[in-house]
Amino acid sequence: MRQFKTTLLMLCALLLMMSRPALALVDIPELSKRVTDLTGTLNAEQQSTLEAKLASFEAKKGSQIAILLVPTTQPEDIAQYSLRVAEKWKIGRTKINDGVLVLVAKDDHKMRIEVGYGLEGAIPDVYAKRIVSDVMRPHFKQGDFYSGINASADALIGLINGEALPAPAPSQSGSQMSGENSLALFLVGTLFFTMLFHGMLGRFFGSAATGGVMGGATALFFAATAGVGVGIAAFIASLILPSLFSGNISSGRGGYYGGSSSGGGWSSGGSSSWGGGGGDFGGGGASGDW
Amino acid sequence: MQKIFLKLAAVLLVLNLSGCGYNKFQTLDETSKSAWSEVLNQYQRRADLVPNLVNVVKGYADHEKEVLTQVTEARAKVGSMQITPEVLNNPEAFAKFQAAQGELSSALSRLMVVSENYPNLKADQSFRDLQAQLEGTENRITVSRNRYIETIKDYNIAVRSFPENLTAKMFGYDVKPSFTVENEKAISTAPTVNFGDKK
Repeated sequence: MRQFKTTLLMLCALLLMMSRPALALVDIPELSKRVTDLTGTLNAEQQSTLEAKLASFEAKKGSQIAILLVPTTQPEDIAQYSLRVAEKWKIGRTKINDGVLVLVAKDDHKMRIEVGYGLEGAIPDVYAKRIVSDVMRPHFKQGDFYSGINASADALIGLINGEALPAPAPSQSGSQMSGENSLALFLVGTLFFTMLFHGMLGRFFGSAATGGVMGGATALFFAATAGVGVGIAAFIASLILPSLFSGNISSGRGGYYGGSSSGGGWSSGGSSSWGGGGGDFGGGGASGDW
Repeated sequence: MQKIFLKLAAVLLVLNLSGCGYNKFQTLDETSKSAWSEVLNQYQRRADLVPNLVNVVKGYADHEKEVLTQVTEARAKVGSMQITPEVLNNPEAFAKFQAAQGELSSALSRLMVVSENYPNLKADQSFRDLQAQLEGTENRITVSRNRYIETIKDYNIAVRSFPENLTAKMFGYDVKPSFTVENEKAISTAPTVNFGDKK
């Protein structure tokens, strides 16, 4: 028995060793600000200067530019790594896809400009390549990383400014349904089916049918998982609603709906954490070395 | 009363059916098709670059006939292929397409290696631009191929796994071919390291 245990333990250890990936990929850092320096190259002042420049550009034009410095991207190619970062960070606005990632792999002596789908017209590969080899490389060769990155940011901003893009939206006006709307839709739907089914099927089965229809509709139009929750909620609401209406409504439930909505502004400025807007990338841009 | 229950049950059954299979195949099929179009798009973009590239290289390195002919021929072969969406459902045609594109890839990379020997060519602005475009396009091809492989993975899993495979059979959805590693031979042979000529 004891021997068996040791064997098992050794086997486990062996499996653990084997399961360690031979080539561990470089982790993608969490995105919290526009300039992420994992190499300690840029000092605090330089970082905040770049940050401010990119922030004011985003406020004016809406496009997002992020800068990332890593020691190395090995074993991956810089293009592979930068696309992984871009896909995770999702810089740029949704549907407009106007994000740019400037990536520097310091120890590899490589850099890349990753251009979002929506900016492939403003920054074609040829221009990205020119920024990499004519703007960044000379500075990098002298070890002046800040000037190289700063100049590349200026060049990118100049190019994007020449492109007609939708104006930046001060508040979030997504296609997602707001909480208030969906609540209203839910209440109206539940009320309608409750009135319909309670007459036909009685209170309990009518409520069950209401739950089923509401849940099914949610699952069909939005998401299957949401459908289950909505179905159950509609079932319960359908059980309770009639008693609410038959009882006296004026018994203190009146103020329930008042003034709970705060202005739907989306705080994007200030010292709070910054994130990508949902932009997509397709591998556009250019790489280079120094 | 009974009848209403039956009707309700029928409605629920239909909702269930659409939930477990058919609609999923519509989505996956359409996604894989659009991913495939993107792959074709990028390959086309590369093929469009070739004539200009060949012309520029010819201007500086006309006697590299062999490589230039290889590129031109591979380009012609790619261009003569009829690519229809049906290629997706035909593994043989798919393999042919992949082989032809692979030929063009290796011919182009040989051309790029050869061009390293011509400093004047390397300094030419239009050559540099074309080179940047080619690099970008190759990168996009890789990206779009990877995305195609991902969508095909989802699609094929759905075609093969249990409740859905019945739906797939019923409506004739078949497993679709995906890209394989092209340069298997090149990867399995160790690269030769030469410290002699550092550029």
